[in-house]
Amino acid sequence: MFTHAGLLLAAAPHPAGYVSPGETIAFWVLGPLALAGALGMLFSRNAVHSALWLVLTMLSLGMLYMAQQAPFLGFVQIIVYTGAIMMLFLFVLMMVGRDASDSVVEVLRGQRLWAGILGVGLAGLIVGIVARGLTAVTAVGLDGPNSANGGNVSQIGRSLFTDFLFPFELTSALLITAAVGAMVLAYTGRSAKGGKKTQRELVVARFRGEHARPSPLPGPGVFATGNSVATPALLPDGSIAPESLSEIIEATPVTEYGPDLAEVSDTGERVGARALTEGSHTESSYEESEEVRS
Amino acid sequence: MTPTYYLLLSALLFAIGAVGVLVRRNAIVVFMCIELMLNSVNLTLVTFARVNGSLSGQVMAFFVMVVAAAEVVVGLAIIMSIFRTRRSASIDDTNLLKY
Repeated sequence: MFTHAGLLLAAAPHPAGYVSPGETIAFWVLGPLALAGALGMLFSRNAVHSALWLVLTMLSLGMLYMAQQAPFLGFVQIIVYTGAIMMLFLFVLMMVGRDASDSVVEVLRGQRLWAGILGVGLAGLIVGIVARGLTAVTAVGLDGPNSANGGNVSQIGRSLFTDFLFPFELTSALLITAAVGAMVLAYTGRSAKGGKKTQRELVVARFRGEHARPSPLPGPGVFATGNSVATPALLPDGSIAPESLSEIIEATPVTEYGPDLAEVSDTGERVGARALTEGSHTESSYEESEEVRS
Repeated sequence: MTPTYYLLLSALLFAIGAVGVLVRRNAIVVFMCIELMLNSVNLTLVTFARVNGSLSGQVMAFFVMVVAAAEVVVGLAIIMSIFRTRRSASIDDTNLLKY
């Protein structure tokens, strides 16, 4: 595929500095998309939305690489950045701070304003310098290197293993250090601070009063008609056990379980011993309770 | 249209990333802004490789990607361990190196 691209490029030699109309269109489509992704990342309160906006930016950048005669980097960008790194970000976000949307409070007064001024100034400065300094420069283009000796990938591999061999070997040291560092940082043994306690230690701590209650929280209620986690558990007197309800899930109202409750607390219609033989009775009572429920 | 436009785009992306690092309070979002800045520099490297007609710029962008991957792994592990002790991913709560 890369070699085909290289052959195509070789088949149509262009003068230096030539930019095809297709690339111009691609830039004016992908460039604003990349900018929109970056701004979306900056302005969205939810961290997950920020990550998804950044994925848009990185995808656009990958396609811009491909438009700029760097097909290998374009694919690496899409596979490594959007495929691996951003998904790693999303994993960590789900584990760490999904619920905690960014605080609106300014810790330093006027920080946002000054950061905005600084950003506009920085952008103006670099854009000004680049626009003024590079007007007379014509791009040589990569038609030559990309068509010689098997195309872009072969050429990059060749220079990786000849000119850049030492940095490449250093990269392996860097990667193994990063892997070991991540394991050391993320590992929590049983003995470490913040590590997992054994069940015995937990029981001892509970009865010493280090927790709010000595027993685990009660589970959700189980009725004939519902056993979801949103179902409240009932205490022996028929009232709701408030601790059985999760804070983040909206609980089912107890009135929905009126017929079940009546049966449990022995105030509803009683099912006789002959209920199994006289199918009509049980059926009717079942239908009644269905009606009540709906 | 000249390749200079790519440099302008990457300048804008870099500025947005810098503002994000200064403004956002969630450590992971700050990290994503750093990634954006690295990406914009990569775009610059690729563009200059094209302007100069040499593949060295693309190789350097490749190295930047490798370093960014290593940095993400370690950085996210640090954020995780801070979250484990402080129960927070906000950079305002992280004022001590330990505990």
